[in-house]
Amino acid sequence: MKILKPHASTVLLAVALLVLPLLLQPLGNAWVRIVDVALIYVLLALGLNIVVGFAGLLDLGYVAFFAIGAYLYALLASPQLLESWAWLQVHFPQGLHTPWWVVLPLSAVLAGIFGVLLGAPTLKLRGDYLAIVTLGFGEIIRVFMNNLDQPFNITNGPKGIGGIDPIQMAGHPLSKKISWMGFEFNSVTLYYYLFLATVLLAVLICYRLQNSRTGRAWMAIREDEVAAQAMGLNTRNLKLLAFALGATFGGVAGSFFAAFQRFISPESFGLMESVMVVAMVVLGGAGHIPGVILGALLLSIVPEALRYVATPLQDLSGGRIDASILRQLLIALTMVLAMLCRPQGLWPKDQMGEPR
Amino acid sequence: MTLPSTVLQVSGVSKRFGGLQALNEVSLSIQTGQIYGLIGPNGAGKTTFFNVITGLYPADCGQFQLMERSYEPRHIHKVVQAGIARTFQNIRLFKNMSVLENVMVGEHIKTHVGVWGALFNTKAFQAEESLIVNKAKAYLAYVGLESLGAELASSLSYGDQRRLEIARALATEPRLLALDEPAAGMNATEKLQLQALIQKIRDGGQSVLLIEHDVRMVMGLCDRVSVLDEGHLICEGVPQDVQKDPRVIEAYLGHGEASA
Repeated sequence: MKILKPHASTVLLAVALLVLPLLLQPLGNAWVRIVDVALIYVLLALGLNIVVGFAGLLDLGYVAFFAIGAYLYALLASPQLLESWAWLQVHFPQGLHTPWWVVLPLSAVLAGIFGVLLGAPTLKLRGDYLAIVTLGFGEIIRVFMNNLDQPFNITNGPKGIGGIDPIQMAGHPLSKKISWMGFEFNSVTLYYYLFLATVLLAVLICYRLQNSRTGRAWMAIREDEVAAQAMGLNTRNLKLLAFALGATFGGVAGSFFAAFQRFISPESFGLMESVMVVAMVVLGGAGHIPGVILGALLLSIVPEALRYVATPLQDLSGGRIDASILRQLLIALTMVLAMLCRPQGLWPKDQMGEPR
Repeated sequence: MTLPSTVLQVSGVSKRFGGLQALNEVSLSIQTGQIYGLIGPNGAGKTTFFNVITGLYPADCGQFQLMERSYEPRHIHKVVQAGIARTFQNIRLFKNMSVLENVMVGEHIKTHVGVWGALFNTKAFQAEESLIVNKAKAYLAYVGLESLGAELASSLSYGDQRRLEIARALATEPRLLALDEPAAGMNATEKLQLQALIQKIRDGGQSVLLIEHDVRMVMGLCDRVSVLDEGHLICEGVPQDVQKDPRVIEAYLGHGEASA
């Protein structure tokens, strides 16, 4: 019985996850799209959780890695580079269409390298100071993307990069719907399955990291850095490893984002995005994987759902309050309440021996 | 003095904090299998000495040898890897980790499987993980905490937290176990239990450096004792001799502990 029970619930969850987009599709692609974006956020939150939740390093510039992944995909799979550098066209008469299975590992590696680069100068910093420096790094990357349209046009500056290739699988671009056994699979639904598979893989990776020697070492650093050193841990290398591995998640999520949106601009990678991802991790319960997933889903879906509440509320006030402001107000209110009632996060790690 | 059985030998160690000479040319050597006590009145430099040999503070000068190989106490983690494990005066456990996990972290430097092994769940990873768990359980049993492995470290009683800290330090398989005032804040029963544990560790062939305020405990437990006063090493010898030394009595006068 005891073995059957979790199995049954796992199967149920799997079926629910598989049919979810098909149920949402009739309500409109917008809903599936919201879930797609939510899954990208889950990926980001899981990556940041390695840095914030496991190793206890508050990183407020995490969106930088998201931006790096997105821009790498955009540059390698859009007309942008060829348009600005005509001589490149000779080498790529068909246009630059690097396949996703090349770009994804590349963006993971590149983001990881940047993770180490951004992490290295912050190693001696803790708490608030670390947060401020990482925040600065996040902004630096965004400012670079915003200004790298001159002297050579690389990122097209604030105008952003458009015409990005969709992800192409088995010769089929995910931007076109397919029919299979009488079911219609819209583009957003196809992306849903891709993102879902990636998130599941990410969850597996996170669990394996958490229950490893490295994961325990990270948590030791989070709990007490000096005591961790007194256990012989090389905290410098372990922190850099956390930064690098966390960043890879951000890079992959960024590439997905670029392929999914097919247009990116520096606007998408502002400070608010970093803050949002940190909020997801903290609201859900830093260091607890299911909690972090819950936090990411809530904070990405609830604001969208509030759109439908905010408009009637706005009408109630006779149009004096702007709907988007009202929406932000409601999110803030929810978060303040959540943090007041559950300061450890909504779904924190099981406190094994309940401390009193 | 350099016998083949010397576990720690330091000579000419000095440390200055601004205008305060916390340690002044301190030299001592600890033999293998000994409990070596370091005592002294408040502010004598005991903890500073401790922090210097374990790499928490850099020394201004001095030579350091562990198992007759010189080492530079620059980084704490390298000192631990060289073979000195320490506990802290104010207990520093990994509070939100389980008791067992605390000891498992201690085994980190004696194990090797990295991230890739963990990600692909390799045979080597699985074998090492079960080895780590089994060893950690053995260490817990050694200090008498085997039934509390699943508890949070912060939920343990004070005495048990001390034991856990010692078990965690032992898990690094040190040449020298350095205890910084382990009896501080303990009641009489806990002190006796601690004393028995330290003796058990010594009888197992482990060398121990003990810094302690409780003079009675030091005298009853240690094989050799050194006395620090204002950064100078004023006396060294077996407990009975040290106790009678006029310089020691003078150093302690007015502190109320000379009667012990």
